[in-house]
Amino acid sequence: MGPSASSSSSNLLVFVPRPSLPAPRQTVGIIGWLGASLFNGWFNSILTLIGLGLLWETVPPLLSWAIFNAVWTGGPADCPAGHNGACWAFIYDKFRILMVGMYPAEQIWRPLLAGGIFVVLGAVTVFRLLNPLRLIALWFLFLLPVYWLISGGLCLTVVDQSLWGGLMLSLGLAFVGILMSLPLGILLALGRYSNFAIIKSICVGIIEPVRGVPLITILFMASVMMPLFLPVGININNLLRVQIGIILFSAAYIAEVVRGGLQAIPLGQYDAAKSIGLNYWKTTVLIILPQALRHVIPSLIGRCIALFKDTSLVIIVGLLDFLGMVKASAQDPDWLGHDAEAYVFCSIIYWVICFSMSRYGHSLEQKKEAE
Amino acid sequence: MVSQIPVTGFLFAILCCRAMNISLHKLNDGRITGLLMQLVVVAGIIYLGYLLFENTQANLEARNIASGFGFMSVEGGLPISNTLLPYTPADTYGYAFFIGVLNTLYVALFGIIATTLIGIFIGVARVSSNWLIARLAGIYVETLRNIPLLLILFFSYGVVLAGLPGPKTSLNPFFGCFINIRGLYLPKPIFQDGFGFVVLALVLGAIIAWVVSRWSVDYRDRTGISIPSGWIGSALIISLPLITYFIAGGPLEWDIAALKGFNFKGGLVFRPEFSALMIGLVLYTAAFIGENVRSGIQSVDAGQLDAAKSFGVSKGKIMRRIILPQALRVTIPATTNDYTSLVKNSSLAVAIGYPDMVSVGGTIIGQNDQAIEIIGLWMAVYLAINLIVSTIMNWANSKVQLVER
Repeated sequence: MGPSASSSSSNLLVFVPRPSLPAPRQTVGIIGWLGASLFNGWFNSILTLIGLGLLWETVPPLLSWAIFNAVWTGGPADCPAGHNGACWAFIYDKFRILMVGMYPAEQIWRPLLAGGIFVVLGAVTVFRLLNPLRLIALWFLFLLPVYWLISGGLCLTVVDQSLWGGLMLSLGLAFVGILMSLPLGILLALGRYSNFAIIKSICVGIIEPVRGVPLITILFMASVMMPLFLPVGININNLLRVQIGIILFSAAYIAEVVRGGLQAIPLGQYDAAKSIGLNYWKTTVLIILPQALRHVIPSLIGRCIALFKDTSLVIIVGLLDFLGMVKASAQDPDWLGHDAEAYVFCSIIYWVICFSMSRYGHSLEQKKEAE
Repeated sequence: MVSQIPVTGFLFAILCCRAMNISLHKLNDGRITGLLMQLVVVAGIIYLGYLLFENTQANLEARNIASGFGFMSVEGGLPISNTLLPYTPADTYGYAFFIGVLNTLYVALFGIIATTLIGIFIGVARVSSNWLIARLAGIYVETLRNIPLLLILFFSYGVVLAGLPGPKTSLNPFFGCFINIRGLYLPKPIFQDGFGFVVLALVLGAIIAWVVSRWSVDYRDRTGISIPSGWIGSALIISLPLITYFIAGGPLEWDIAALKGFNFKGGLVFRPEFSALMIGLVLYTAAFIGENVRSGIQSVDAGQLDAAKSFGVSKGKIMRRIILPQALRVTIPATTNDYTSLVKNSSLAVAIGYPDMVSVGGTIIGQNDQAIEIIGLWMAVYLAINLIVSTIMNWANSKVQLVER
């Protein structure tokens, strides 16, 4: 192509495209969207109307109950029995009990500090400042100091475990449960996956019955039966017994999750490890587990959510966790008739914690898929 | 002295292992060390079991607790409010426990049926092309999945059902149905003589429908002509009992609840404890089953749908013949787990006072301290129910899995 080519083209008829017509009004913008996603066909239109009716019936009364007609501050006298709105003053009054139970008021800085540590650890986890293995190690590292902070001893005043309660107890039971059951569950999974028939059958014999029965029966067992198993004269307090029950229960489920990860490892990995002369434990710890655990991190987070929800069952064996404190507060003779506020507040807190964990797990899963 | 036995034994075992290990190292054979290790583990477990047995014996003796199942034939004196069979407090502990087991089975069966229906509805709504319906179903799932079941139970029992009106101002949504704080009252069918023939006609209709459907598949394979066996079968199943019913002179009467004094008498009654347990269990589990249904439907490749459409297959047939068989492969295994957890979660009945097996058993433990026997029975019954559920579901799963040559 030279200058001659361009000069010759100026004599030719040049195709000038007309600007295209705008899209039909029915297919773009808000009207298009409404037509495509709410009113495409008579069936969907009816569904939309039903949905709108449902929203109209539920949302305005709910808003007026929870916000516009609500009583935010004051005492029992500000919430008369016939009042047609929520009484959040009740939650405000009971807030400390709901959070930390009967924990002495002058020692309240200790659960607060523990909560602060918890938030920092949570932030480190969510913003992925550390790799997964170091992260788990970090959580373990803080387990004993936080326990010491809450229970006392050494230079702190001892706070009896019967005074622990509320959200603090729920979170404590769940996180000690998860952290302790992780190594136990991994061992059970390795046992179930091993070639030794006897060890395999022992692990199956632990995992399957525990998974086959409700948590309540395990908790009853821990609370009522465990004292019978211990030598005469030795007593473990109820909280620790229940915690042991939760750890055993969670370990059985984690074992199955981890087994899923182990099965995803190609056998070539074992052969390769063997060929460079690694023994069983070195192969497992250095080659197999890091890969297997990475596979199952989203499912492990699912287990964390499930276990946190399950800790609410400890109310049945007489511990006053978050839900237990909520139920007890609703029965306070000064504040009768506020069950709805109590349970709504409780579900909001549970929902926020569980939903954020589930979003975190979801983001990890997407990151894994992107890799 | 006694306490030194395990320590010495343990040290001896370690020494043995060490000695064997060093000598076996030259043989370079892992099998013998493995065997030895397993033997040591077995010995440890036997010893542990022996220790537990000894401790338990000593504890039971120290606390004056009897052992064995002899208590089962003792008169219990437990008051149980919701029973499927006639029961009085004068009955034995064994019979009371049996009543509890029946209640557990009842809740499990109806819970599984109801949660499946609602779960399918939620799952289909989540993939609906209707934006609003899909969002509403999404809100339902994300709300219910992220709060504890026990909280839902407390809420439905302590707030929703406790807020219902008293017997005098009962809700009456349709004829013969009353809802108040004491329960849900429905008309109760009373079967007269001759109703057996109607049941017989129903069974006969079902058998003929099955034969017709088998024959029509065979006929279609031979000739390529498909016969609407589904319609024929449904018509048979509905019409045969109906005709028999009228020939026999309508052998069915309804017992309708009526307000007598301060309370309703008669009718089919569902107590609030039962209703709250069902509402909680069904709504909670339906959120999980809805997710299984959704992921099942979304696992079907979009090209399958386009291909079916381009053949001119009708919408209903695309659902039945293309999407459903493939979606079930993903849905059924996950749903098996949710069914078994529904069965296990029915034990939360104890928290709201519905007399299921755990609730009745807990009362028995409170009265005679025989925790080991009762907890053992609980575990056995739950394992048995879950074994049955997973056997049925595995059979269903094997039916829908892809058969590869």
